[in-house]
Amino acid sequence: MLVNRKAPHGTIYALEALEVALVAGVFDQDVSVVFTDDGVYQLTRNQDTQVIGTKNFSRSYRALEDYGIRKLYVEQESLQARGLATSDLVVLVQVVDAKRLGELMDQQDVVLSF
Amino acid sequence: MALEINGKRYETDPEGYLTDLNAWTPDLARAMANNEGITLTDEHWEVIRFLREYYREYGIAPSVRMLVRTIGERLGQDKAKSYYLYQLFPEGPAKQACKYAGLPKPTGCV
Amino acid sequence: MAMLHTINKSPFERNALDACLRIATPGGSVLLIEDGVYAAIRGTTVADKVSTSMKRLSFYALGPDLHARGYSEAQLIDGVQVVDYSGFVDLVVNHESVQAWL
Repeated sequence: MLVNRKAPHGTIYALEALEVALVAGVFDQDVSVVFTDDGVYQLTRNQDTQVIGTKNFSRSYRALEDYGIRKLYVEQESLQARGLATSDLVVLVQVVDAKRLGELMDQQDVVLSF
Repeated sequence: MALEINGKRYETDPEGYLTDLNAWTPDLARAMANNEGITLTDEHWEVIRFLREYYREYGIAPSVRMLVRTIGERLGQDKAKSYYLYQLFPEGPAKQACKYAGLPKPTGCV
Repeated sequence: MAMLHTINKSPFERNALDACLRIATPGGSVLLIEDGVYAAIRGTTVADKVSTSMKRLSFYALGPDLHARGYSEAQLIDGVQVVDYSGFVDLVVNHESVQAWL
């Protein structure tokens, strides 16, 4: 499981996590990707990074499915706190509450934190 | 680093991948392939075109699995094998085909 | 399956502690390291939150990080256990997995 807690463009964490997910997908790993806290901002629509000169990797999340990654979880509390709904996101995700997310985390062999 | 083709200069990274996707031309792809002893056929172009389309849409190269599936859909299921892609691009479909397509070296490149 | 949570950010600057307390399941452990150790100190505005969470989570603080910041064991919230580096390793080994709340 990869746990994303950072917004996309202020630090390199989000892009690094995405790359790790893609590599794990290439090697047929059973990957879950979590978006919580500011990590939910990674998935918002209409990101345009042209002027800040960094890669707009928000559209790359839609390729995760092609890499065999289908378990995308967004924490409900984080989504709500930021005034967002699933319709604001670039990919289909499962929305889970904090309690359920904790349970999912407990079930993992490995948790990678970003 | 850079490549000179027909008097035009193309900036590349140290491994020969084009740094600007938009600077790509079919002539560049042909020249890169020729340098490695490959003459591009329609089958090669089908893969290169798909890689460029996919990259425009998603900002990354497709997985090999995705590439195999798409080639199968477009060119027939007998070609939906990574073996077929390796015949076209002996150094690996992602690594070599992406280079000819003007894409950066793919993540988790196989 | 018990999980170890590490927190290395000050609770006054980042939400790592809040996120951890919201999501961690009962029976897990929380190890406060680096600036995270400020959450282990008695008398702060986050101390109540930590005390209340002790019913379901075990709390540890890394001694060298506490001492580096001028705090001693005597200033900790009751129930927070101090570990050294080898104690940190023991905690990692004795839990199923680790989540670092960066």
